[in-house]
Amino acid sequence: MDCSLVRTLVRRYCAGEENWVDSRTIYVGHKEPPPGAEAYIPQRYPDNRIVSSKYTFWNFIPKNLFEQFRRIANFYFLIIFLVQLIIDTPTSPVTSGLPLFFVITVTAIKQGYEDWLRHKADNAMNQCPVHFIQHGKLVRKQSRKLRVGDIVMVKEDETFPCDLIFLSSNRADGTCHVTTASLDGESSHKTHYAVPDTKGFHTEEDVDRLHATIECEQPQPDLYKFVGRINVYSEQQDPVVRPLGAENVLLRGATLKNTEKIFGVAIYTGMETKMALNYQSKSQKRSAVEKSMNAFLIVYLCILISKALVNTVLKYVWQSEPFRDEPWYNQKTEAERQRSLFLRAFTDFLAFMVLFNYIIPVSMYVTVEMQKFLGSYFITWDEDMFDEEMGEGPLVNTSDLNEELGQVEYIFTDKTGTLTENNMAFRECCIEGHVYVPHVVCNGQVLPDAAGIDMIDSSPGVSGKEREELFFRALCLCHTVQVKEDDHVDLGDGPGKSPDSAKSCVYISSSPDEVALVEGVQRLGFTYLRLKDNFMEILNRDNDLERFELLEVLSFDSVRRRMSVIVKSAAGEIYLFCKGADSSIFPRVIEGKVDQIRSRVERNAVEGLRTLCVAYKQLLPEEYQGVCALLQAAKVALQDREKKLAEAYEQIEKDLVLLGATAVEDRLQEKAADTIEALQKAGIKVWVLTGDKMETAAATCYACKLFRRGTQLLELTTKRIEEQSLHDVLFELSKTVLRCSGSLTRDTFSGLSTDMHDYGLIIDGATLSLVMKPREDGSSSNYRELFLEICRNCSAVLCCRMAPLQKAQIVKLIKFSKEHPITLAIGDGANDVSMILEAHVGIGVIGKEGRQAARNSDYAIPKFKHLKKMLLVHGHFYYIRIAELVQYFFYKTLYDTAYLTLYNISFTSLPILLYSLMEQHVSMEVLKRDPTLYRDIAKNALLRWRVFIYWTFLGVFDALVFFFGAYFMFENTPVTSNGQMFGNWTFGTLVFTVMVFTVTLKLALDTHYWTWINHFVIWGSLLFYVAFSLLWGGILWPFLSYQRMYYVFLHMLSSGPAWLAIALLITVSLLPDVLKKVLCRQLWPTATEKTQSVRLWRFVSEFAPLTSLRSSGCQNSGRLAAPRGSSPRPVACVFWRSEEYCVLPPPPGAPHPSAAPA
Amino acid sequence: MSHNGEKEGDRGLLGTPGGPAKAWRTDNTDFKQQRLPAGEPILTAGTVLPAFLAISLLFIPLGVGLYVTSSNIQEMVVDYTGVEPSSPCRKCLSPEVTPCVCAVNFTLDRPFEGRVLMYYGLSNFYQNHRPYVKSRDDRQLHGDPQALLHPSKECEPYRRHRGLPIAPCGAIANSMFNDTLQLFLVTRDPSGPALTPIPLGKRGLAWWTDRRVKFRNPPGEKSLQQRFQGTTKPVSWRKPVYMLDDDDDDGGGEDNNGFLNEDFIIWMRIAALPTFRKLYRLIEGRNDSHPTLPAGRYYLNVTYNYPVHSFDGRKRMILSTTSWMRGKNPFLGIAYMAVGSISFLLGIVLLIIDHKYRDNNYTVDVTI
Repeated sequence: MDCSLVRTLVRRYCAGEENWVDSRTIYVGHKEPPPGAEAYIPQRYPDNRIVSSKYTFWNFIPKNLFEQFRRIANFYFLIIFLVQLIIDTPTSPVTSGLPLFFVITVTAIKQGYEDWLRHKADNAMNQCPVHFIQHGKLVRKQSRKLRVGDIVMVKEDETFPCDLIFLSSNRADGTCHVTTASLDGESSHKTHYAVPDTKGFHTEEDVDRLHATIECEQPQPDLYKFVGRINVYSEQQDPVVRPLGAENVLLRGATLKNTEKIFGVAIYTGMETKMALNYQSKSQKRSAVEKSMNAFLIVYLCILISKALVNTVLKYVWQSEPFRDEPWYNQKTEAERQRSLFLRAFTDFLAFMVLFNYIIPVSMYVTVEMQKFLGSYFITWDEDMFDEEMGEGPLVNTSDLNEELGQVEYIFTDKTGTLTENNMAFRECCIEGHVYVPHVVCNGQVLPDAAGIDMIDSSPGVSGKEREELFFRALCLCHTVQVKEDDHVDLGDGPGKSPDSAKSCVYISSSPDEVALVEGVQRLGFTYLRLKDNFMEILNRDNDLERFELLEVLSFDSVRRRMSVIVKSAAGEIYLFCKGADSSIFPRVIEGKVDQIRSRVERNAVEGLRTLCVAYKQLLPEEYQGVCALLQAAKVALQDREKKLAEAYEQIEKDLVLLGATAVEDRLQEKAADTIEALQKAGIKVWVLTGDKMETAAATCYACKLFRRGTQLLELTTKRIEEQSLHDVLFELSKTVLRCSGSLTRDTFSGLSTDMHDYGLIIDGATLSLVMKPREDGSSSNYRELFLEICRNCSAVLCCRMAPLQKAQIVKLIKFSKEHPITLAIGDGANDVSMILEAHVGIGVIGKEGRQAARNSDYAIPKFKHLKKMLLVHGHFYYIRIAELVQYFFYKTLYDTAYLTLYNISFTSLPILLYSLMEQHVSMEVLKRDPTLYRDIAKNALLRWRVFIYWTFLGVFDALVFFFGAYFMFENTPVTSNGQMFGNWTFGTLVFTVMVFTVTLKLALDTHYWTWINHFVIWGSLLFYVAFSLLWGGILWPFLSYQRMYYVFLHMLSSGPAWLAIALLITVSLLPDVLKKVLCRQLWPTATEKTQSVRLWRFVSEFAPLTSLRSSGCQNSGRLAAPRGSSPRPVACVFWRSEEYCVLPPPPGAPHPSAAPA
Repeated sequence: MSHNGEKEGDRGLLGTPGGPAKAWRTDNTDFKQQRLPAGEPILTAGTVLPAFLAISLLFIPLGVGLYVTSSNIQEMVVDYTGVEPSSPCRKCLSPEVTPCVCAVNFTLDRPFEGRVLMYYGLSNFYQNHRPYVKSRDDRQLHGDPQALLHPSKECEPYRRHRGLPIAPCGAIANSMFNDTLQLFLVTRDPSGPALTPIPLGKRGLAWWTDRRVKFRNPPGEKSLQQRFQGTTKPVSWRKPVYMLDDDDDDGGGEDNNGFLNEDFIIWMRIAALPTFRKLYRLIEGRNDSHPTLPAGRYYLNVTYNYPVHSFDGRKRMILSTTSWMRGKNPFLGIAYMAVGSISFLLGIVLLIIDHKYRDNNYTVDVTI
């Protein structure tokens, strides 16, 4: 019987498998295809509802509770709470139940609210009206009722309700413009095309008559890939089959622009749309601090368990004598006596657990969460990180990683758009070896004609003139730029205004390079006007209109690194113009002054310019026919279309004639160099990962001071690999590096010292994949290790020619290397997203290439330069703050019910929370100025075990002092004038009072930055404690069944020795900490502490009598120079004076030595 | 060459605050920019040094004072457990002898001046044992009639006896100390040694708040005994709670009976440690110039009721004079002196360090 059940299940499962096919057939407008068409496989599609919410109304409580108790800490406290409920324990369940309840409730409310917002957003999305075509009429319906196969009409500026196949638009040419800003962040307008056979259906009735089926693949998340085909049936002819590609698909989330309306048929709906498939919650990143927090927690848990065990054992040893177990004055109940020994021992153990459970602080998690949450506001509030041009400040997408910013050891940065502005300017072109430099728009005056060209070389001959014009035409034609003819619209990003044309037109392209080129050529006399009915119109130097028919576009991709167009001139000649990276053009060139151009290209690349080569070839009509056929075949293919297309392109783009090269400057971002230098000084290794070619990337690296003049470059590139085997190169490099690194210690490594060898490694993508590729004999890890070894000893690494996935690979490689360093990735484009998601901390630059990076990042900043403040200041602060917070919590928890509850929550939490929000142990200015301070906190320094043990011992010491101090002090001493004795509760209250004061004062000792808020909270919490104690003990609380605290506190305060004892105990317990602090500061000061003292000295000296404007200037200089560490100080000072303050005759410190601190 | 970039950077950074940059958000406070004015004290040897010296200056004299005061306090401890074979109370160790009265002799070498406190002390008695601590009903002790007849469950197994609720219930009350101590001065009359009883005050011993607020007898106009109707005395007690102080002549009566009995209240305030003492009686100082307890032989008459032998405990009677420090405890004084000296030593160490460091500091600063 069982067997049959299994069999049916298996059968059912298999049947399900059969039903699942890798393509779907859609009947446009739900019309059955004419008989004789392919077999109809019915499939069920989801409706168009988007569900992003996690909970429903009904499952919220159980599901949310389940989620929350999956956290170890919550679960632990739940267990403790239950134990307290079940067995007789020293503390009431309220003590641990209340905080737990509080934590759970707060979290649940927060999550519930977030989910409610999501529900609202979903509903709004699902209910927004959509125009359907039903029986030739326009019907409005809610979006969620949309089904696959429905024909939808979308108007201008509307968002597509689901993934559509573009059928027709109101334009005759069957195109529409779309922005995908909310989808992938690219705000540029993209053109989508309708299939020629359907583009004629302009009205509702027309569209309703359309009889077609669409076959396409099942939904997949890649936004830029789509494979499908459409069968259009008509009465007169055989069905027409047309290929469908990504350019025919309108994705949900994109917005229709510049097009009045379009018709489309729904292919993927609801959760199957590409947007929904891409909408995946990011995996939770955990910070190193949280990890060490958890480790500490586990240690404490072990301590707790062993403590409970030891205590249970001791209890039974002690109780082995009957008079101790059950003295006559304290007899057990019958039930107690009858309980089995084992059960008793177990409950005792649990009771001890509960008793000591306070060493694991429940409120720590709450406080840490709050600290992070509130703390992240300081980042968003920071006006130094606000960018006025864009009007945007930093964004914090996750607050969990604030402190991680202070821990970064490796930075992986994208080049384009991150280090550089991605603001291209056409610099020069080189035609046949002659260099042309367009006059830059100077004084707002643009020279539209040939006079704008500076001929650097001698004027070329007539044939050269021809070539020159061909080159310019090539530049004018070979691109995918769109023209937006609008007088006043300013789109904000990417548009280059062409100031000299009659009506201002704006060029829009997804690639800023192209815009720069087209604009550059415009200044050289050739103006691209528009693309009209597949004719590209350009205005040549003589202001004549030239029309080229656009036959094919072999679009750009990052593998080929080139693009081509095939055009037909008015004279009927067919040209193929190809534009691309030098490495992808040169091998395909058979003619042209290759060497001259190559040298020029290389020169430009070294200067940090982006170079492109332009080539052409003339096609005979019969050749063109072949090309067409080739392309068509590839385009119609359903499987491996990409690959087939690539092969076709490969065949077409060959035997080219080299025309020339262009150089576009990509300007460095403001203060990028400064930032990089500071980061390097902070001991952070900066890696540049870019898709650019080596020379360009290296140039940028030089420009932004990643490489210095003294840097010895190690190359690990394809070129070298060709000469030697990878094996040899790697070993050779590692030998070079290691020889030097042996003599170098970590301390001497400094950005300032130039005498030592700095190594910079350059590696390209191809070589990297060789290094990473596992070899058959399994020795690949060897290479990897070797490569890592080399990288670790290089101060800067440049990885060029990287595919996006390789970027992530590199990050992963470092992330999982031996030391497990904290990595940070920063980038602005969609190609950086994988890297940003991979790294510990991902930072998105809100840049030109869209917002995708920013949306996927943990933090987003407007400019690269803000990274400096982000890391050096905010990261530093957050790290210090959270480290102190965590340690303090473990410290203070080494300790009557209401008190215990309140102790962690109110008496001592608020000050530390505030401390953790406000502390600035060094001023921001200093931190920015002196990046080396960052090294003090690198590698989780403040949360190492050593420090943890120190804090724990301090806690144990204090606890011992509290208890035994009070013990000896009051062993047999009456405390009031009447000779009344201290009772149990008085004793406890005394210890507790001492503890609260000590713990709060310890915090005061650790606080370096005293604002009024700190004063208020620290002293306020002490006052609150006193007030609370008075109140708690001052009244007989009617709701309590016991009144043991009654009047105890006041009674204690009425006793003189109690005061004395409190003072003494506080002093004793704070003494070691003060001593340790002072000694460490004096004898082994860290850089941070040095800076603090220097500041102190400045502070004093500013009040020195001799201080005048003049000397304050020189103090300023000294202050700037001072934090550079101790040894180079005099040097730095000399430098400053000679650079800026050379008017000052005496050394600035000399005039008032009396100002030295006391 | 790298300095140039640095310099520009610095200038730029210094230049950013102020200017048009502020315009973008109006609610930009110093708090949000983390620029609140703040003091930044730094603990250096120089700054901490005076504190250390001040502590030592303050603590050493204080410690000396405390120590001297403490040693001036006189204390007499008389162990009357009866464990030693020679002890007159040895006979009382066996529980059969009831009532057992024994007398212990002791001698005061020096007279006790001023007010003298008389304690009883117990050792090895774990009043802080958890079930013991809980075993009471504060509502009942507060005079709540409901709780009087229905004591709290915490009182188990001392909650009910023979079907009647125990008042006061619980282990603490049940184990109340019930020895009676009487003190006599042995005077040498011509007719031979005579015993002069020392007047022992039994009022004003407990905390004022305990007596006035926390502890109350059941309300009612009737006699105390009637008000306690329906309850039974704790198992180990000899007398019911309303007859604790049956000696009416020194202001006893209702006022010192029931839950308001001061001995009872004192017992109910449990001790923190297994060796403890509790105030038993007060011996007020005499107005004339005679000492309260002149030097000489004394005679302690004990009505031995309280068994401690079973748990290896000891019973003591303690006489102590009072001072502003209120008890003989040299520890506080010693601790103060020790901490004072340590901080003095540390102060000296810091002075040396500071001296050295200041030299360094000075030279470094001059080079700037």
